[in-house]
Amino acid sequence: MSTDLIAEARRQTEICNACRYCEGFCSVFPALTRQKAFADGDISHLANLCHNCRGCYYSCQYTEPHEFALNFPAALAEVRQDSWERLAWPQPLARRFHDSGVALGVVAAATFALVFALLQMMKPTSGEGFYAYFSHNAMVALFAPAFLLPLAAVAISLRRYWAETGGTRLRWRNVVGGFRAAANMKNLNGGQGQGCNFEDEDRYTDTRRWLHQAVMYGFLLCFASTSSGTILHYLFDMQAPYSFFSLPKLLGVPGGILLTIGTVGLAWFKTKADPKLGAQRVWGGEMGFIVLLGATGFTGLALYAATGTALVPVMLAVHLGFVLAFFLLLPYSKMVHGFYRLSALMIEDQKQGISK
Amino acid sequence: MRQGKPVHFDQLWDIVVVGGGNAALCAAITAAEAGAKVLILESAPKTYRGGNSRHTRNFRCMHQGPLSVLTGSYGEDEYFDDLLRVTKGKTDEPMARMAIRQSEECLPWMEAHGVRFQPSLSGTLSLSRTNAFFLGGGKALVNAYYNTAADLGVAVAYDAEVTHVHIEGDTFTHVDVRIGGQMQQIQGRAIVLASGGFQSDLEWLTRAWGPAAANFLIRGTPYNRGVVLRDMLDQGAESVGDPTQCHAVAIDGRAPKFDGGIVTRLDCVPFSIVVNRDGDRFYDEGEDVWPKRYAIWGRLVAAQPDQVGYAIIDAKSIDLFMPSVFPPIKADTIEDLGAQMGLDGAKLAQTVGAFNSACQPGTFHPTELDGVATDGVTPAKTNWARPINQPPYYGYQLRPGVTFTYLGLKISDRAQVHTERGPLVNVFAAGEIMAGSILGQGYLAGFGMTIGTVFGRIAGAEAAKYVN
Repeated sequence: MSTDLIAEARRQTEICNACRYCEGFCSVFPALTRQKAFADGDISHLANLCHNCRGCYYSCQYTEPHEFALNFPAALAEVRQDSWERLAWPQPLARRFHDSGVALGVVAAATFALVFALLQMMKPTSGEGFYAYFSHNAMVALFAPAFLLPLAAVAISLRRYWAETGGTRLRWRNVVGGFRAAANMKNLNGGQGQGCNFEDEDRYTDTRRWLHQAVMYGFLLCFASTSSGTILHYLFDMQAPYSFFSLPKLLGVPGGILLTIGTVGLAWFKTKADPKLGAQRVWGGEMGFIVLLGATGFTGLALYAATGTALVPVMLAVHLGFVLAFFLLLPYSKMVHGFYRLSALMIEDQKQGISK
Repeated sequence: MRQGKPVHFDQLWDIVVVGGGNAALCAAITAAEAGAKVLILESAPKTYRGGNSRHTRNFRCMHQGPLSVLTGSYGEDEYFDDLLRVTKGKTDEPMARMAIRQSEECLPWMEAHGVRFQPSLSGTLSLSRTNAFFLGGGKALVNAYYNTAADLGVAVAYDAEVTHVHIEGDTFTHVDVRIGGQMQQIQGRAIVLASGGFQSDLEWLTRAWGPAAANFLIRGTPYNRGVVLRDMLDQGAESVGDPTQCHAVAIDGRAPKFDGGIVTRLDCVPFSIVVNRDGDRFYDEGEDVWPKRYAIWGRLVAAQPDQVGYAIIDAKSIDLFMPSVFPPIKADTIEDLGAQMGLDGAKLAQTVGAFNSACQPGTFHPTELDGVATDGVTPAKTNWARPINQPPYYGYQLRPGVTFTYLGLKISDRAQVHTERGPLVNVFAAGEIMAGSILGQGYLAGFGMTIGTVFGRIAGAEAAKYVN
């Protein structure tokens, strides 16, 4: 555990606890008023509860040049980032992609695209649509482990996180509470729906929350699209390609559009926001992740648009390359924040229940 | 931050506003909405803009029924009675009642101009009926007003210290101002003075209060040096308020010299004994609940040798008050605690021993006057007097922290500044620089923001009326 980062966040937390002016912004401040002394796990919990809306920074009377030098969003971002890397499994993969997502994301995607090009040389003799280029069995053989293994790695990390932050056994209402807070992104709304202090400094806007919702729901729609395809394939023996008026397409097309719009918006906002209010070391990695996530959605749409043309094999390789890179990097990239956030929201629901 | 076009200050402004806190901003916004071309001269750099308003947290507001975040109702007479109690009658009743009455329409005005309120903070439930808290505190309010002002075309010069206000006869003509080190003259058709008190000019404070003031901490901005106040008084403006007095509370002695703000407060006194440099107690620590007593402790500590006090508690009391910004000094024996704080440990142990043996049995109740008192020790402690005997022991150093000064400019109910020869036709004042007429003594939480908002709006409207 990075003692320096935790110690700095604790110093700032104690100042915040003596002030409390920011109580109405988000869940972090009411959470910190429950205690006077903060163990390392308490700081990890606050850090993962923070959604980096930055309202507290721009409201703070103690930011530099004041000698208290508060920068609470950055202090928590550093601890949060550290917790994802520290609790990651296996450890050798923990940091690299966070630090430099652009380079490694691109390299990974390119590598996988190449692999796919090679696979196409083993082109199946029969099959329709994508399966004309890449047999269904080969696809499953590649993607099932590429999806399940990273999830297993995340599960291991979350178990450690749960123990570190004093989470207890999940109850149904914690799950509901956590999902509810995530579903409406309550902690990015500034407490009153006015939103963040992100891309426009001390002016509140709710645009970032909307963009994040576009990404989140876009991603979930895409995921649902793939899942529905799997179900149609195995349970109903209905195989791809699917028409536009089919579940996979009706979920996937809007999902891809939302994901593309949302990631473009978030990447643009990231260039306008002050990097000093986040974990600066991983700015590049975060940007790389946004690009990777957006590329999975966009190349999916492009692949669909290319239906029936000679571009299909190339687009298929590119799209599947991005998807594969995305899943493999899931435990070691910004994507993992979703799992930690949700856990923190559920744990916060538990802790609130206890203090009530 | 947003970069507008470079502003050429060298032009004739309709209204020049001196100061950049709540009152100045309310005046600037009101005047700009009336069509005036307004320039704000803020002596602080942008990061420290907003004067003492950046440290505030709420607005005391009259209301007939639930209003925004405020519960119940808070009528004019009750509000005025609260003011009378803290000022001990040192107030200008018509002007105070005007501020109180107008506070009610201020709150919706504030919301309409970007201010956001939040429910009473944890630990301040007693204020949920009377005081509307700002979401994010006073700096968030200040930011909102600067944004609103910018949208209205108000120009702002930071690092702009006004050194002299030129008055010809009964009329303001221009100001001398140092902007970023460069002396300039700026002309205006009217001026609003909202540049605060003089508490950050330590020399002035020492002349007024006495040499002890050199050891005071200033809770707010270092930019309230009273330059404009002095300049106006020198030019014959009439004054209000006791020129020797400041409002001081007991705060953590380790606080920064300036700008420590809210977090430096210490709420442990009622559960403690407080000794001076010599290890002697000097006042009843349990006289009343802390919100009613914190203000007198500034003076009490100021009267002790070296202007310092030491609050001593034990393990029983450490969780009974709001957390402190700096951790307390901690020790397993009173002797060691005294030594760590630079006191004579044996003497401190003797004082604690005498106090402990004077403690009488009773049912301790931390949030009300419980009558658990001492018998046979001087001074007596009349509530919450529990023996200090359960290690670890904790100690906090206390020093006087100055919030504001009382000396100010006399104004009319139209916020016009007065001289012996009558009112100045185009000079208006708002905020702390004129608050002494209403707040002659003591302090009522959230009332400074009320005075600033009410008189800021009046000054802005009257100045705009004059120039239109």
